[in-house]
Amino acid sequence: MKSLAELKAIRDKARAELDLRKENPNAARVLVGMATCGIAAGARPVLNAFVEEIAKRGLTNDITVTQTGCIGICQYEPVVEIEIPGQEKVTYVKVAPEMVSKIVNDHLVNKNVVTEYTIGALTN
Amino acid sequence: MRELSLNVMDVAQNSVRAQADLVRISVEESDREDFLRITIADDGCGMTEEQVQQVIDPFFTTRTTRKVGLGVPLFKLSAEQTGGSFDIRSQKGVGTTTTATYVKSHVDMTPLGDINSTVEILIRCNPGIDFVFTRSTDLGSFTLDTRELREVLEGVSLDTPDVLEWIRAYLTEQTQSIIGGADIP
Repeated sequence: MKSLAELKAIRDKARAELDLRKENPNAARVLVGMATCGIAAGARPVLNAFVEEIAKRGLTNDITVTQTGCIGICQYEPVVEIEIPGQEKVTYVKVAPEMVSKIVNDHLVNKNVVTEYTIGALTN
Repeated sequence: MRELSLNVMDVAQNSVRAQADLVRISVEESDREDFLRITIADDGCGMTEEQVQQVIDPFFTTRTTRKVGLGVPLFKLSAEQTGGSFDIRSQKGVGTTTTATYVKSHVDMTPLGDINSTVEILIRCNPGIDFVFTRSTDLGSFTLDTRELREVLEGVSLDTPDVLEWIRAYLTEQTQSIIGGADIP
């Protein structure tokens, strides 16, 4: 059974690592659109896929995954925005869980935008 | 929405935007009595009576990015299409409570789906807000109260990866103990 004692151990471990986390102003942000439109289009599995892929690669201190509201392009949901400090924000559209590992690998790790998944590719 | 848990995620975000400090989500169900009831209660900014009438209207929203607001109407529809009922009570400055009651065996019943994932994402994305999640079935009930976790964590954030993993495992374990056999999650 999951116990609070276990949670205490997690607390102590997290404290030891805390400085490392706070000292990271270069952390990238993954923002998944999770308003009604995003959720209905399948944003939750996309968010979960980002969380899993980032954990698998041991990048949880370098990349945060969070939700955002509707930015007004409901027809392109699920929409994912990626912010890397010092770089222009990139908006990916109609994101499916299968596309996530490529976005993490190419964009977040190797800093090459996956152009074919961006809003620019779709509207051109 | 394909799962009621997605409606919950959607409507709970209204509580987040209403600057709630505490959001209570409960899912009570009984096969014996053939119902499922979802309650989302917050201590956010609340609404006037007029605003409560407006949120039920799909063509009302406080947003400026688009002209429709479907969160509450879709939630309401999901309940009413099963012969159930839907209710919003709100008081300005006190909070809002939304209740959807379903007739479980109805042919138009939407499955609850992965409610644990919804709770985990809400905590992950809103580590400053407290959530109390209660689920009950004919076999028993459990509660996850982030205020209790916070007490143990003494300042370590709820969105710490290991903490979220603990939360997920806890929810899975507790859910299994109150759901008989096949329909997990």
